[in-house]
Amino acid sequence: MTSLPTNQLWKWFGLFAGILAILCLFLASIVWGVMNTNWQTVMDAYLHFNGSNEQIVIKDVRLPRALIATAVGISLGICGALLQALSRNALADVEILGLNSGASLAVVVAMIFFGVSSLAQFTWIAFAGVAVTGVLIYVIAASGREGLTPLTLTLAGAAMAALASSITYGLLTVNQQTLDEVLFWLTGSVSGRKLEYLQAVFPYMASGWLLTLMLAKPVHTLMMGDEIATSLGQNTRLVKIMSGLAIVLLTGSAVAVAGPIGFVGLVTPHLARRLVGPGLFWQFLYSAMLGAILLLTADIGARFLAYPTELPIGVVTALIGAPFFVILAGKGSEKR
Amino acid sequence: MKANYSVRSRKFAVSLLISRRAFWTTVFFALITIALAIVSTGMGEMKISPAEVLKALLGIGSPQSALVITTLRLPRILVALLVGGAFGAAGAIMQAIVRNPLASPDILGVTGGASVTAVAFITIFQSASIFLLPFAAFAGAILIAFVLYLFGWKRGLGSFRLVMIGIGLKALTGALVTIFIVLAPQILTSKAMIWLTGSIYGTSWTDVSLILPWFLILLALASICARHANILQLGEEIALGVGSRLSRNQLCLMLICVGLTGAAVAIGGAIGFVALLAPHIARQLVGPSFGSILPVSVIAGSFIVLGGDLIARTAFAPLDVPVGAITSAIGAPFFIYLLYKNRGR
Repeated sequence: MTSLPTNQLWKWFGLFAGILAILCLFLASIVWGVMNTNWQTVMDAYLHFNGSNEQIVIKDVRLPRALIATAVGISLGICGALLQALSRNALADVEILGLNSGASLAVVVAMIFFGVSSLAQFTWIAFAGVAVTGVLIYVIAASGREGLTPLTLTLAGAAMAALASSITYGLLTVNQQTLDEVLFWLTGSVSGRKLEYLQAVFPYMASGWLLTLMLAKPVHTLMMGDEIATSLGQNTRLVKIMSGLAIVLLTGSAVAVAGPIGFVGLVTPHLARRLVGPGLFWQFLYSAMLGAILLLTADIGARFLAYPTELPIGVVTALIGAPFFVILAGKGSEKR
Repeated sequence: MKANYSVRSRKFAVSLLISRRAFWTTVFFALITIALAIVSTGMGEMKISPAEVLKALLGIGSPQSALVITTLRLPRILVALLVGGAFGAAGAIMQAIVRNPLASPDILGVTGGASVTAVAFITIFQSASIFLLPFAAFAGAILIAFVLYLFGWKRGLGSFRLVMIGIGLKALTGALVTIFIVLAPQILTSKAMIWLTGSIYGTSWTDVSLILPWFLILLALASICARHANILQLGEEIALGVGSRLSRNQLCLMLICVGLTGAAVAIGGAIGFVALLAPHIARQLVGPSFGSILPVSVIAGSFIVLGGDLIARTAFAPLDVPVGAITSAIGAPFFIYLLYKNRGR
């Protein structure tokens, strides 16, 4: 066991290295792609803009894409860490718990029945979808003899996901036109999104980040159990409600910009725990950082795995995250 | 009057014991399903009365309705029956081996595995014979079954853990299917899409002939293995204690289950929750003996897919909703109910 100051130093150093990695990946994400560009073009696009195709691609496509991947990655990563801490469940994730499918269903319903098509409205609908699904899953998982356990939460989420996605696909087949409009959104992607999309939701996203970091200590106390937290003088209901709000803010805004992307928030908290130990504040920070790294990498992977066709980024994260989930699930219950 | 009918052979190791009640329930249920099939054949863009359908089937109807029925409607109805039956049987076998009320080929991801290889086969080997498609689906299903075995089998089958692993595998196979769909040329996209939800839209006699041999052979094998399944249902210790060759029997039944799943997926895609619902319905109707569960589960599976498809193509006419969307809408709440009922295990 290293002494505290050194330990702290290492944590800051890790954070610094992580941010450096994000920067490198960010630049790589701008330069690499189907249309080949180099550093010079990137520099020129901002210093000597001459309207060439390459420069327009960089300004209008690549940069927004990299920014969105970073912001969404941070949101999903930090949200996953909060979810896992709160539910005391190493398998919790926005995808597994069905929050993504709930948001998708809400957006599709809004498009078909209420003719909603502007992004500003999408955001609110995605928020509502996440909130409603979250409450439903919580109620289903908590009702009954045993109450809320990690397993019932996961299984209730999986069942909700199946239900919501089947209804979504049913609605989409009935409305072929909507299918074409939202299919790419439904598989999750950070490409083809305008920067305004991100600007619209960024305030919610950022407040979600801050709220989560502020919640680190109270949630850590809550993890010891409701009784202990209460006897320590904590208003447990308030903490839970605030956490719920943070999850809705983070998931809702991430889904609104990039569509449902799964498994980022599943993988990152595990890595973060490995790296920084049990302190929740650092776990949240590291998980956010790793989320951005993961999503930027996945986005670059999405361009080259099936070159020259581009894959939806949700597919790439599922390819990374799903085996991870299977292994975790296989291991996790040995203690049971 | 005996309380049970038994089918036994002195030469071969086959034994089926079916109670009187179960027998008549099965017959009754089968008749209802046949009636639904006949009514369903008449429903659609062009309404044909059930009597007219029967006449057409016997070859004495008007040529016009006979044409509609034999070339358009009938193959789809038969495919619904066969695919549903295969899923039902696969579910019954799976639950007998795994002894977990939440287990079924679709929940555990076996259906997903079959979908991946089926879609891969269609997109990569575009010129290959369509009769090889069930084999491709079978291969994928086997692969997932093997992964399940690797991760879950020996360390307790009954737990929720197996279901959790299945959820992960399902997500993984879903991602892989999407990759193949994205990679596929445009004309194949809509064809490949059916493997995401499951649909029997536009099936032809080729599809019937594709699935029929698999269905018949594997179902016969499953009936032969019924006595092994009965013993397995008692638990591994008891099964070993009474002298069952446990691993061999488990493997045989698993292969049959995977084969049925593969064949059904090759034609209808991943039609969700049928394989979960059917055995539960069967158990409610005829009790725990596998010899009675198997036929009733087959019929229940047929009934669900047939009924689901009827809703799917008439309720939103002229559109054809994938049947998988309907079965999931029914099946997912039932899965939640099962979770609720079985908690604390």
